[in-house]
Amino acid sequence: MTARAGRGAGGLLRAAPALTVGAFLLPIAAGLAGTLLPAFGYLPAIGGDALGLDGFRRLVAYPGFASSVAVTLTTGIATPLLAVAIALALCAYAHGRPWQQRLSARLAPVLATPHSALAIGLAFLLAPSGWIARLGSPWLTGWTLPPDVATVGDPAGIALVLGLLVKEVPYLVLMIVGALNQVPAREHVVVARALGYSRTQAWLKVVLPQVYPQIRLPVYAVIAFSLSVVDVALILGPTNPPTLAVLAVRWFTDADIDFYFQAAAAATLLLAIVIAAIAGWYGLELVVIGAGRRWIAQGARDGALAAGARAGAAGFCALSAAAAAALAGMVLWSFAAQWRFPAALPQAWSLANWMRRLDGLAGPALTTLAVGVLATAIALALVIGCLENESRSRHRAGPRALWLLYLPLLVPQVAFLFGAQVLLVRLGFDGALAAVVWAHLVFVLPYLFLSLADPWRSFDPRYARSAASLGASPARVLFAVKLPILLKPVLIACAVAFAVSVGQYLATLFAGNGRVATLTTEAVTLAAGADRRVIGAYAVAQAAFPLLAYVAAVAIPALLYAHRRGLGGRG
Amino acid sequence: MMLRALLAAAAAALLLPAYAQDLKWPDVVAKARGQTVNFNAWAGDEKTNAFIAWVGAEVARRYGVKVNHVKLKDTAEAVTRVVAEKAAGRDAGGTVDLVWINGPNFLALKEQRLLFGPFTHALPGYARVDTTNIRSNVVDFTIPVDGMESPWRRAQIVFVYDGKRVRDPPRSVPELLVWAKAHPGRLTHPSVRNFLGATFLKQALYELAPDPAVLQKPATDANFAAVTAPLWAWYDALRPQLWRRGQQFPETGPAQRQLLNDGEIDMMISFNPSEAAVAIDAGLLPDSVRTFVFAKGTIGNTSFVAIPYNAANKEGAMIVADFLLEPATQAHAQDFRQMGNFTVLDMAKLTPAERRRFDELPRSPALPTNAELGTTLLEPHPSWMTRIASEWEKRYTK
Repeated sequence: MTARAGRGAGGLLRAAPALTVGAFLLPIAAGLAGTLLPAFGYLPAIGGDALGLDGFRRLVAYPGFASSVAVTLTTGIATPLLAVAIALALCAYAHGRPWQQRLSARLAPVLATPHSALAIGLAFLLAPSGWIARLGSPWLTGWTLPPDVATVGDPAGIALVLGLLVKEVPYLVLMIVGALNQVPAREHVVVARALGYSRTQAWLKVVLPQVYPQIRLPVYAVIAFSLSVVDVALILGPTNPPTLAVLAVRWFTDADIDFYFQAAAAATLLLAIVIAAIAGWYGLELVVIGAGRRWIAQGARDGALAAGARAGAAGFCALSAAAAAALAGMVLWSFAAQWRFPAALPQAWSLANWMRRLDGLAGPALTTLAVGVLATAIALALVIGCLENESRSRHRAGPRALWLLYLPLLVPQVAFLFGAQVLLVRLGFDGALAAVVWAHLVFVLPYLFLSLADPWRSFDPRYARSAASLGASPARVLFAVKLPILLKPVLIACAVAFAVSVGQYLATLFAGNGRVATLTTEAVTLAAGADRRVIGAYAVAQAAFPLLAYVAAVAIPALLYAHRRGLGGRG
Repeated sequence: MMLRALLAAAAAALLLPAYAQDLKWPDVVAKARGQTVNFNAWAGDEKTNAFIAWVGAEVARRYGVKVNHVKLKDTAEAVTRVVAEKAAGRDAGGTVDLVWINGPNFLALKEQRLLFGPFTHALPGYARVDTTNIRSNVVDFTIPVDGMESPWRRAQIVFVYDGKRVRDPPRSVPELLVWAKAHPGRLTHPSVRNFLGATFLKQALYELAPDPAVLQKPATDANFAAVTAPLWAWYDALRPQLWRRGQQFPETGPAQRQLLNDGEIDMMISFNPSEAAVAIDAGLLPDSVRTFVFAKGTIGNTSFVAIPYNAANKEGAMIVADFLLEPATQAHAQDFRQMGNFTVLDMAKLTPAERRRFDELPRSPALPTNAELGTTLLEPHPSWMTRIASEWEKRYTK
């Protein structure tokens, strides 16, 4: 490579952080403006040219407004509270046990499966005529007809909370396990136990205070997600009235354009609720930290903590079992010809669901693949650019950059996606595959960065120095030394990113203007009531894509480096 | 370059009405070749989706027109898109070419002059449409169609029940209440935001209103309360007897059918007289389901396709609209193994060979005969549905 080309590449590299931040900040900022302005009455294209609070007035006048806000708040706050409690209890319980090391690998299947696929499976599992009831009827329950109880779509949103926990708990556990790697947890627990603390107490009193600051942002992301989720709420949430996020989407897509204003008002209110909830959580942290300090200082050695940790771990097992059963139910449905209450298994089997749907599945599957691969590839190039720039300039991004990175996960999607859609329509860019890729990029980028940053930063710089001292250019060091060594974490990060892309519902719906169909948008549309055998096929396909990506991410380095244990092979 | 494109688009927009006037079919066929029609259609029903896929394959083979089924959860999504494009100034090259539509959504687009047409006069197949006996083909929810949308299938309210559990189905709206009281939790209706759910209430209003003739005119602030008072009294008594005590409703017709299949309910409202036969054939309902209607008749309407004013592929869209009217297509649609929707054509306008296609369609014990279907009542003015839905939301969303 000539010196000139090297300078050009270096310039590109230096631009990577700005490009990356721009790629996702721009749509968020423009989208937020496009939502906030109409919320306050400003959208000249449809006759809104005076600022006012009419949108909010109409929002408040909606008959189910109070219940909708109430159920949004209760489900959106119960979910992170329970998720944090269960995740911490599990990690405290798991500490020092032989299976602790394998925990994150075990989480991968659930983490890879899109929210909506799990929600669709759970809806069948939990319904009064669902799989659990079928397994016990009529021999145990005496039911020949399903009971008339709301176990899915219940007004209190319990099914919705369950559907969220199934995914959010493993996510937090993964984040905690990652944070634990930065902390000498084992040593500290050994010391604490020598001082007479139980294992659980030792973990909670010594390890947790060091771990929590590192999982704070992921917890905030869970709060924001639980308050503003749309697809899971559509499938499992209450309906009359639904949550605020579902109301906003319903109004945004109403035929009567007058609803735009109250939709924007609902999205703005949701944004305010998310900000307030995160601020409230921060306040709660301060209280808990204060109380925790006193509790730790008191030095009590007894307590019922171990039982709590066991209960949390049991809760985790129950959630994992529910996730597995949810997917298994969908697999069975996809091969069922007939399966009526109260049969425990399909009464007749058939391959027709797959054979006949193949044509219908192929299009969305290809789109899913194309969007996922493109978004992941672009994100990977940007992230590697950022990280490489960081390691060459030896200037590491601070905590503020981390907040920026988390922004797409903290701002409710409904609050900026509609505004972004208006922008895309203006640019004549809506409904194009490129628009969908960009919208996915907003969510794919942060996850890819977060997955790859740690392995990249802990790359032993001596390899690079040795290569450089042998005369290799920085680019050659990157491609011939760094990337091959980091192949496994790079591929895992890509699998995470791909899974995030596959799971996107709202981003696809809005940026694709309803015309770009992926497995997820099709599955959520079908979940509104179509043939369960077909829904099963879509949910299975939807879950299979990211799972295959994970398998590939693990298998490729294992095959390539079969003789090198340190690089992912079996040695 | 940009300016020129904009000017051309503006000119095209201005020329539209004239263009619609002197449409020549051979020109349409020639221009349509190679176009891809974005057919925006509600996609909650697999059978209909399969039918649309079949239509796509046929028009591709015969006319070189591709059909891309844009799958909607609600037809309003397509209306929103056209409105949004209008708002964004995209008066040509729009993304919705053809939309399955009727009633309030048609009214919304027609009133805002967002439709292309009139165009039905240009379709060769339109000559066979029954425009005299099937009034809903020319009056869509009391709105004159005026050639701005082309019919493709008919619907009439029926009730589907499980013959194993229901021996003597109710034959009137008041009898339905008596039945529900005797069988609490075994009846529901789709969410009132869904057209089928709103239709359930409209059907009840038809029988309960002091004078149903007023329903053919727009609802007013003056008459709405008085006309609907008996409906709400009836519904207040019915609601606690419904599935989930009337606190929760299936979102759509198919979701309601799933409940019947799961044994959670015993009967359901449907807008397709063939629904029971279709669903048995598809394994979606038990063999024991049958169909009934109310003695005084039930509401019926027609489904149409319309072309937005800014559609990019109008010619291709017209090819599809015309193909939908061909006797072979209509007979295929009426076959309960396909979709089971009754035809919009006038049998008297068909040749004997074309008629035979309909006579030879398969039969099923779950399929009502024309005589059993009884009187078809005209859809009320859309304002009744809109007001009933919002009044329902006011009364029962807490």
